Amino acid sequence: MNWSGLYNYWIVIALMMTGLYVMISRGNLVKKLVGISLFQTSVFFLYISMGFVADAQVPILTAGVERYSNPLPHVLILTAIVVGVATTAVGLALVVRIKEAYGSIEETDLHRMDNDF
Amino acid sequence: MLLGFLWVTALAIARGRDLLAATMLLGLYSLFSAGLLLLLDAADVAFTEAAVGAGVSTVLILSTLRMVGRFERPQPRPQWLALGIVLVTAATLIYGTLDLPAFGVASNPVHHHVADRYLQQSATEIGIPNVVTSVLASYRGYDTLGETAVVFTALLAVLLLIGGRKPQPRPPTQSTPPRPPGGATVNDHLILRVVSKALIPLIVLFAFYVQFHGDFSPGGGFQAGVIFAAAILLHLLVFGLASTSRIVPAAVLKFTAALGLLIYGGVGVAALFAGGAYLDYNVLAADPVAGQHLGIFLVEAGVGLTVASAMILLAYAFNARGNPA
Repeated sequence: MNWSGLYNYWIVIALMMTGLYVMISRGNLVKKLVGISLFQTSVFFLYISMGFVADAQVPILTAGVERYSNPLPHVLILTAIVVGVATTAVGLALVVRIKEAYGSIEETDLHRMDNDF
Repeated sequence: MLLGFLWVTALAIARGRDLLAATMLLGLYSLFSAGLLLLLDAADVAFTEAAVGAGVSTVLILSTLRMVGRFERPQPRPQWLALGIVLVTAATLIYGTLDLPAFGVASNPVHHHVADRYLQQSATEIGIPNVVTSVLASYRGYDTLGETAVVFTALLAVLLLIGGRKPQPRPPTQSTPPRPPGGATVNDHLILRVVSKALIPLIVLFAFYVQFHGDFSPGGGFQAGVIFAAAILLHLLVFGLASTSRIVPAAVLKFTAALGLLIYGGVGVAALFAGGAYLDYNVLAADPVAGQHLGIFLVEAGVGLTVASAMILLAYAFNARGNPA
């Protein structure tokens, strides 16, 4: 068992769990979105780590280079980053509307107000 | 090593109650990420992450914080349940990694399904050196069309949610501090204004380079789009919405956002009319490789238009909501 070969994956897990903890434990909706962003970037790193090949080059074909890293995860993740910021924007827009409608973005306040109806 | 830095930054983001600080740390986190992605041979991804994470998303969160307040409320008790769930999930995932192949070994199964074909055949089939661009625009053209459509749809959703006029009268909110009159921009800071005036043309020029040289070096429509948007957002931050939207009017952007997607879809339909399959660029010119070049050029231009317009419009929408005219 080569433990150092798994170090990257463990850091990815640590990042992902940090994001998950923020999402679960914080009541502030913006903070939850920040947690989702952390979670999301950890998935990016998982993909890019899987695509990495030791002693290889950036996948741009060059004369005299034999080994390239895997281009497929790069494609998937680069589009995912742009889509990710677009969907985060939708989330933030929802938060803005919630703030305007309720005057608060703390989860406990929102639950209390919903129950008062 | 950088991964360690990343985690420390992530922990700092998780701990603080100050959302402004968390946003700034998130920008720093993205910068570390970009460096790390470069080390992992993912140059294209690093470009995107640097422009999106440190530029666009920071501006969006900041504009939101302006409307919803800077500090979150302290939580009443330590969240043992949350911590427990997280630890159990982490343990399960780590147990799962024990079966994963080691990091960076060339014989791992991920590298030998379609990746071999992309790396070995794309030089003759597509004829451009940047394999990431080939895969993005040609081999996985459907996928990219879908992603572009998602960006466009997200833009529509945001505009529907916060694009219109705010309902009057405004409910008074106690946590939003009163805004100083006329102090909304950093217009008085001479250094910022001069430096950004010098930087913005260079960033825009770089965006065009990334767009049109994306076949040969890291780059393409997504990267160029976000870099261009970052330049405009810098202008927006320094000179304010009124000034920026005189240069880049929102009406034009709404048009170009739709136009970009239309170009992408149109290339697919053009391929149909030329006798090929949807998004099959081989039939677009007499020579298949020339057809691929033309197709990829048009598709990347469409992606760049849509992404740049969508990102700028998103920032406009959040800014306009924060400062009702």
